Amino acid sequence: MTRTRLFMLAVALIAFGVLPFFLKSYGLYLLTLFCVYLMATYGLNLTVGYAGQMSLGHAAFFGIGAYHAAILLKLGWPFLLVLAIAAVACFIVGLALGFPALRVQHHYLAFATLGFNVLVFLMMRNEQTITGGTFGISAIPRPSLLGYSLDGAIPFFYFTYASTLTLVALLWWLLRSPWGRAFAALRDNPIRAESLGINITAYTLLAFAIGAACAGVGGVYFAALVGFIEPAPFHFSWSMTMLLAVIVGGSGRFFGPVLGTVIIVLLPEWLRGAQNWYLAVFGFLVVALMVWLPGGLSSIPDRFARKAAK
Amino acid sequence: MTLRPSFLDVIDVRKHYGAIKAVDGVSLSVRPGEIVGVIGPNGSGKTTLFNTILGQIKPTGGTVEFCGEDITGMSPLELARRGVGRTFQTLQVFGRLSVRDNLIAAAQESKGTMPGRLFARPDAGLRHRSDEMLGLFRLEHVASLPAGSLSYGQQKLIDIAMAFMPAPRLVLLDEPCAGVNPSLVDELLDLLLALNRTQGGSFVVIEHNMDFIMKLCPHVLCMVEGRVLAEGPPAALQANPQVLEAYLGN
Ligand SMILES: Nc1ncnc2c1ncn2[C@@H]1O[C@H](COP(=O)(O)OP(=O)(O)OP(=O)(O)O)[C@@H](O)[C@H]1O
Ligand SMILES: [Mg+2]
Repeated sequence: MTRTRLFMLAVALIAFGVLPFFLKSYGLYLLTLFCVYLMATYGLNLTVGYAGQMSLGHAAFFGIGAYHAAILLKLGWPFLLVLAIAAVACFIVGLALGFPALRVQHHYLAFATLGFNVLVFLMMRNEQTITGGTFGISAIPRPSLLGYSLDGAIPFFYFTYASTLTLVALLWWLLRSPWGRAFAALRDNPIRAESLGINITAYTLLAFAIGAACAGVGGVYFAALVGFIEPAPFHFSWSMTMLLAVIVGGSGRFFGPVLGTVIIVLLPEWLRGAQNWYLAVFGFLVVALMVWLPGGLSSIPDRFARKAAK
Repeated sequence: MTLRPSFLDVIDVRKHYGAIKAVDGVSLSVRPGEIVGVIGPNGSGKTTLFNTILGQIKPTGGTVEFCGEDITGMSPLELARRGVGRTFQTLQVFGRLSVRDNLIAAAQESKGTMPGRLFARPDAGLRHRSDEMLGLFRLEHVASLPAGSLSYGQQKLIDIAMAFMPAPRLVLLDEPCAGVNPSLVDELLDLLLALNRTQGGSFVVIEHNMDFIMKLCPHVLCMVEGRVLAEGPPAALQANPQVLEAYLGN
């Protein structure tokens, strides 16, 4: 990364960090929600954008993380332990979901993962003794860290922000390592990759498992943020929305999920005036974007650079 | 000449698709440092033979041995780990990765363990080796461009360079000259000869370009309808009336 880019990144991070002082409580809630979804979409970008797999089941992992948090936090378990348990649980389930990907690809895989999401959704709705069914689980406590309560909206925002940055930094490091190259090789040409000794079985499973773990972590923060969960936010339509965020932002580009997640979290708010037309307008915007910018929003600088070079 | 024992032995390999006998009892052996050519008309089973040797498809019968070990039906992954590399008849590069990353990706998995590579340097310690190959294949000036954005000939070179990145003991090349312009063909010939000399690699090369085969391979097999019609030095094959009739024409 060049020095100017690093500088721009630092400015953006600080600017984002002072935003809470200019926002009312709902704005702050949206800002925190944005960080929460970012953890999930960064994970999905690894699975889909870097490793070239297809997943329409990401919201299920987000939900598994959230329900783990809801149940265990109410039992008074420490937050970091709950976080670790949720991440490991999602990692393991993610590994299992990776197995269909070893046999089928593209739209078949889309349906396999979608089926998984539907299954998890039904379990959340029907296993009332554990999940509270459609009534959900309420009064989920916010964590405290080293005796310092994170109950307030501002402390919880900074806690979530720092966690998101940590997760993103870990992913950056992972994708820069030879693993990142192996994931990309798997995406670009699995047959060639295997003939070069790249263990495509292991990398495919890991791509799902790591992506799932990120979603699970996001889910834990989600539960702590909203304080009340029920199955709706983990419906497969949310998997589609997350996939949309990855694609609109620029799949396989490191900062793609940032732009994509802004779109899925904020656009619905801005379009609220459109009322019933909201979905139609949203859909139209997405189609228009995909036609004009197939590389996603984060490909805009490249496009300008190419124009300038001509 | 037969002092060194062969290290690839293909014994009576067959691959049948129902009634189609794509490969029907082929035997060949390659000694260390040797370059063997395979010629034959379209559809004579050359690529299928490669794919059965390389674990891409399971043979109907026969055995393949590498360094005395039975490798019949082993997966491409296990073969890569044993130092067997290949190129495919069609272009196979990692389109969105840079040329340098293509080369590093080709060799990184033979270094260390998988968990170890998570903590390894981003270039997996292969910067120098990739520089060397970039220089050899004259790809330095495009090293940081995405492989998919280059010309067909350049991608073909990347493809071949990738096969040689991990310094394999045996490389199977499926039509390396196809779609490559004549001046590049001569360069490729020199490159392969140099690699054979300096790194002691053994190759099996499928090629329709007879001139190339003549200059590269001391030993050539001619396949027709899934069988070896004739084998020997290329000059002898060119004079063989059966080969002339089935493949080379007048
Ligand atoms: N999967 C398959 N199912 C049925 N038949 C096949 C299959 N793969 C190959 N064949 C047949 O096997 C025969 C040999 O094909 P192969 O690709 O090995 O030929 P080749 O010698 O490499 O030809 P070329 O010089 O055109 O590359 C052909 O008749 C082909 O149609
Ligand atoms: Mg062929």
